[in-house]
Amino acid sequence: MENNNILNLKNLNIYYGKFRAVKNINLNVQKNKITAFIGPSGCGKSTVLRSINRMNDLIEGTKTEGEVIFQNKNIYNSGFDAISLRKQIGMVFQKPNPFPKSIAENITWGARINGYKGNMEELVEKSLKGAALWDEVKDKLKENALRLSGGQQQRLCIARTIAVQPEIILMDEPASALDPVATLKIEDLMKTLSKNYTIIIVTHNMQQASRISDYTAFLMTDENRSGYLVEYNKTSTIFINPKNKKTEDYISGRFG
Amino acid sequence: MDNLRKKKNILSRIIFQTAIAAGIFALIILLSSIVNEAFGYVIFVNENSPIEIYNSDKKLQDASKEELIIILQENLSKGLVRKFNFMEPFEKRNKDNILNLVMTEVVNPQIVKAWSLYSSIFQKTRIIETLKNDYPDGNLVFRSWLSLRFLITPQSGIPEKTGIFTALTGSLLLLLIAIILAFPLGVGTAIYMEEYAKPNRLNRIIQINIYNLAGIPSIIYGMLGLAVFVRFLEPVTSGKIFSHTINNTANGRSILSAGLTLGLLILPIIIINAQESIRAVPKSLKLSSYGLGATKWQTIWHHVLPWSIDRILTGSILAVSRALGETAPLIVVGASTFVAQKPSSVFSKFTALPIQIYQWTSRPQPEFRKVAAAAIIVLLILLLTLNAGAVILRNYHNQKKKG
Repeated sequence: MENNNILNLKNLNIYYGKFRAVKNINLNVQKNKITAFIGPSGCGKSTVLRSINRMNDLIEGTKTEGEVIFQNKNIYNSGFDAISLRKQIGMVFQKPNPFPKSIAENITWGARINGYKGNMEELVEKSLKGAALWDEVKDKLKENALRLSGGQQQRLCIARTIAVQPEIILMDEPASALDPVATLKIEDLMKTLSKNYTIIIVTHNMQQASRISDYTAFLMTDENRSGYLVEYNKTSTIFINPKNKKTEDYISGRFG
Repeated sequence: MDNLRKKKNILSRIIFQTAIAAGIFALIILLSSIVNEAFGYVIFVNENSPIEIYNSDKKLQDASKEELIIILQENLSKGLVRKFNFMEPFEKRNKDNILNLVMTEVVNPQIVKAWSLYSSIFQKTRIIETLKNDYPDGNLVFRSWLSLRFLITPQSGIPEKTGIFTALTGSLLLLLIAIILAFPLGVGTAIYMEEYAKPNRLNRIIQINIYNLAGIPSIIYGMLGLAVFVRFLEPVTSGKIFSHTINNTANGRSILSAGLTLGLLILPIIIINAQESIRAVPKSLKLSSYGLGATKWQTIWHHVLPWSIDRILTGSILAVSRALGETAPLIVVGASTFVAQKPSSVFSKFTALPIQIYQWTSRPQPEFRKVAAAAIIVLLILLLTLNAGAVILRNYHNQKKKG
């Protein structure tokens, strides 16, 4: 594997109360690549994703052990600033969730609270172009974002995230609430974005993972319903020549 | 089996419809009985006949200003004339003002008999007979007890001259103080309980107590207000601490005490409602805010509050309209039953609409029932306005949320 790590997960264990949701995850994420987490429901892939920008902190009773190294620092060190971490590691959610404000405000809000002092109009244009939404909304920037279609809303959420200029974008099943055409647009967008950003995506859709990702991590649950990493490799290897029997069974649709 | 299901369905529908019909029927009875009292024929008998005092072929209304002043001087005591002249010199008053003075002070029409709206419509012949037989020199007039004059006249011991100005200003000032106390405190508590408080034992106890406080009878709040605001904080609530030098006989039984008591009364209602409103904010909205690197306060201020503010306001308005109708705590805190002057400050003695209504209905003169009915209509209109405001606000914001 190339050595261009941007993020290292080391012995990551995540608990919800007493329940161990994820056990012993070790994984290196490559810079400017798309990494996909696949696996059956409840295997903890979303939990791992949320642990990368400490969104798990917002869920009551979550406890994280192990290390997540980003820029040579463990983000779970005491005193680490989770708020500013989320500026560098942005997140796009499963359901499009734009703010009930205008399209332009959706872009500028995140930048403004993070102290962005530049030209807001430029930022709006740049971010919307970056999310391949500019041509569709350039005449109605003042309109409420909730009037956009689902696919447009999701691309607006991506635009909103890149407006903060993160290093990594986490995507939690970003296309699962969208129709096939909108899904395709999002996938194309991710390919384009990966030139400048590192993308980690959780998906239920194996075809999607094989279409867009460079690396794939396959997670599964053990007998205690804890999620663990079965196999992590280049996507081509995982899908064509998996080393683990379970991966092969899952990929070929024998369970999951 | 299917037949039984259908029967149950029909039965439940009948029960619900009957319940609604009973409710509407009760409402109609209530409203019609109030309206029935507030309007109707009255017989006025003049203390002095206008013809006798004017002694002319012309009507009193056509008399000149000078003639009217002479009438005043002939019929009233010298002291009284001097008093009116002192309040505003006769030369400076216009003719209508003098005529008004003659009418109220000299002619002094007094209501001797009053009928309800129902009798006025259906028993008019009997009313006219009564007029002819019992009050040959009386005037029969259709009177609306609810009038603009009624709204802007202070309280008086004579039913046809009394008004609700003192009670109305009292009520509005009470509400203002209650809102100033309860709204920021209530919303702040709700934000803390929903967003900051950890679900530990202490916070659960606090939460249970807030729910319990909302169910405590209002008279208990009156006792609390009496003990804390009237007695313990008397130097503050009577204004002495602020070197308030106005001759103050309220001794802590002031608008401030009562307003704070009402504020405490609606505080738990506002907290619970605001908590529910904040809980209804979609989680995805908060997550997207945090995901962009917002702090907790930025998330609350920019997203949670704007999303829930309409529900918070709607609930608060409904709580305030409850405070408007509260009587028991005001009695305990020491509402005055007779205040002829409008409150000069928050340290004044006070009366409020429900107190005034209660007091009028317990008077022996039947005319006061009419006055009370008119005051009830004013109170109902105020309540309906508040509630309508809440509905309009909610609809307006619902539309904004849909985009």
